[in-house]
Amino acid sequence: MTHVAIADQPEEEEHHPTSFIAKYIWSQDHKVIAIQYTIVAMFVGLVALVLSGFMRLQLGFPDTFSFINPNTYLQFMTMHGMIMVIYLLTALLLGGFGNYLIPLMVGTRDMVFPYLNMLSFWMYFLSVLVLLASFFVPGGPTGAGWTLYPPQAILQGTPGADWGIVFMIASLAIFIIAFTMGGLNYVTTILQARTHGMTLMRMPLTLWGIFTASLMGLLAFPALLVSAIMLGLDLLAGTSFFMPALVSLGEQLDHTGGSPLLFQHLFWFFGHPEVYIVALPAFGMVSDVLSTHARKNIFGYRMMVWAIVIIAGLSFIVWAHHMYVSGMNLNFGFFFATTTLIIAVPTALKVYNWVLTLWRGNIHLNTPMLFAIGFIFTFTHGGLSGLFLGNVIVDVPLADTYFVVAHFHMVMGVSTVMVLFAAIYHWYPLVTGRMLHEGMGKIHFWLTFLGTYAVFLPMHYLGFLGVPRRYFSMGDTAFMPESAQTLNASISVFAIIVMVIQVIFLVNLVWSLKNGPRAPRNPWGATSLEWQTPVMPPAHGNWGHALPRVHRWAYDYSVPGAAEDFIPQNVPQEGSGRPDDGGQEEVKA
Amino acid sequence: MSFLDKLTEKSWEPAGAVAAATAAAGPASRHAAQKTALGIFLVIISVVFLLFFLTFITHSQYPGFEALAGEPWMPFSNTSQLWLNTLFLGLSSAALHAALVGARRGMANFTILAMVAAVFFAIQFVLAQLWLWRDLTAMGYGLAENPANSYFYLLTAVHGLHLLGGLVVLFRATLLLWQGQGLERIQASLSLCATYWHYLLGLWLVLFALMASSPETYQTIAALCGLEG
Repeated sequence: MTHVAIADQPEEEEHHPTSFIAKYIWSQDHKVIAIQYTIVAMFVGLVALVLSGFMRLQLGFPDTFSFINPNTYLQFMTMHGMIMVIYLLTALLLGGFGNYLIPLMVGTRDMVFPYLNMLSFWMYFLSVLVLLASFFVPGGPTGAGWTLYPPQAILQGTPGADWGIVFMIASLAIFIIAFTMGGLNYVTTILQARTHGMTLMRMPLTLWGIFTASLMGLLAFPALLVSAIMLGLDLLAGTSFFMPALVSLGEQLDHTGGSPLLFQHLFWFFGHPEVYIVALPAFGMVSDVLSTHARKNIFGYRMMVWAIVIIAGLSFIVWAHHMYVSGMNLNFGFFFATTTLIIAVPTALKVYNWVLTLWRGNIHLNTPMLFAIGFIFTFTHGGLSGLFLGNVIVDVPLADTYFVVAHFHMVMGVSTVMVLFAAIYHWYPLVTGRMLHEGMGKIHFWLTFLGTYAVFLPMHYLGFLGVPRRYFSMGDTAFMPESAQTLNASISVFAIIVMVIQVIFLVNLVWSLKNGPRAPRNPWGATSLEWQTPVMPPAHGNWGHALPRVHRWAYDYSVPGAAEDFIPQNVPQEGSGRPDDGGQEEVKA
Repeated sequence: MSFLDKLTEKSWEPAGAVAAATAAAGPASRHAAQKTALGIFLVIISVVFLLFFLTFITHSQYPGFEALAGEPWMPFSNTSQLWLNTLFLGLSSAALHAALVGARRGMANFTILAMVAAVFFAIQFVLAQLWLWRDLTAMGYGLAENPANSYFYLLTAVHGLHLLGGLVVLFRATLLLWQGQGLERIQASLSLCATYWHYLLGLWLVLFALMASSPETYQTIAALCGLEG
């Protein structure tokens, strides 16, 4: 049997789509699918943002708004968390950026399984529809908290225990199927479709982040699937996987012999890697943005790659640090505290390398760079508070307080969103052919950066006071001073401001589509392959008639003696700056 | 070129051995990509079942758990029907392997016969599993009666769904061959199906062994995993 390499297949077989539907709706082009993913993810993200606004209204100004009662508060909180972590961040980073960048960065025409890729998006779309539908079923969406802990998640008394939870479980299962289709594509494309000369260690760190995160997702989402299936059976078929014998509303239930703790182990075996599924692509993208806009090669490239891989491996053996107060075996705490603190080593190494990349760099303080530097601040802060919570003895008093809320929003919310903004400002010219408005971008950055600090920094203090998270109303408690409420009100005011500020970003995105200055080819002077396509934005098939050949790593910035301060990856080693012409000789040599 | 060489390449230096090798190789064939994807997919299924098995073993140490085998009156103390089902799946797997060998040797008629046999036995297996469910329920071992029963229905259902998914692919390949597509075109598809089938057979054997074990075996496994109650 003769094998025809994906790259060498004749161009006729690609059949360029012509009709509107084939081009933009049922599209198999990775770039269109990426944009579809991005738009849907940003839309649900906005929904989740509004939900958090409702929560802040209640916390800052209790009992002022009649549509927020204890039930709806819990529902807003649950949906906010679930949407942000899974339907926004995971989908946008891997489905959006992963889809757009992987084939371009490895130098291929599309994902290896384009049809599966299309299915992946439509399954994701379906999962979002099911999720949003739960707002309109009797009883509303589930209010069990984004962790969906049984038994309370499926017991009467929890908001949405009739329909909301069923829709949530169904939506998660569909999402996992969608992610598996996408993830298989991302990993296989990176492993098998890299162009000539693109070794693993010549890949930009963005690819390493996306690749590792996709692999982790493929191994971690099964845990969520398994727990969702068993939770669903407990709810619908009356089994007792997680449900112990218990009395609810004065009645003995039929369940017997299940273990709620087992669910927590399964959930966090997914939940902790999930943190890094979101963080690793962000780590990768921020490395490339920093390096490009500082005109310097990334400091310690190999170390950066290994750190990503080591973090990925370790993240599978730290899950129970989310469960120190769950009543599990106390000896586990020591083990998981140790592994948790070990993760700080490769992570700190990455932070040092980002800072060292900036050191003596030719820093261009444009909007993507500002967001990337902002990320270094927020991530360091979030990481440091993680060191507190990783220790059992410190975690026990701080568990379920606002300190935890501040920690994970800083490290996983704000930091990742900073990178997402940096990435959108950085790659928007590639996708649309237009530059975003710098003035609006800078206002957006400063107000977002300072605003999020004003929101989350005081929360650490509230946590030390012992203010509990997830509470609809604090009531009269002796340990909380009057000032805690004042602080809560100020947090809410800043949160609303930061929320409203995002309108500037959305306006910028839409306005620049038509009115932004036309982007020159490779506007940032970047070295990686996605900027080296024959036309920009890249056309269907990406590379015209011949695939690019790679001759160097992705970080040849400010090379001494070179004509320009960057040398693209497809320029031959002895090259004179003519891309893509000397490859054949070098292969023979 | 070992994997370690690839991960320790000093890519910032002018092209070394790794870069030269990759420059010559370039992107892989479509079949190679499919094989990689299938391999990863099998790892994912293994993780799903490993997690199921771990929770099962944990459950087996809780009070009130009644294993399906062990005492003479328990349903799986007599494993004859489980063995019959195993035979169906084994025959299906063997037929698919024969089809693959046939396709490699260019024997079109034999290949199509073997493929039809593989589909037939796979469907037999699914039907026999459903029969087993019916028997168990009739004997009073319903889905929600005991966690051990719940696990049996759940695991066989998830296993069966994976088999049905594979059947769709195999059925499509059979149809293509029937419509006169060349053997070369479906050979790649067949080899992937065969790998998947053998894997599902192996998985079924593990499942079988686990479900038909006695409480003492569970206790030993739990002790080995550090999961004693």
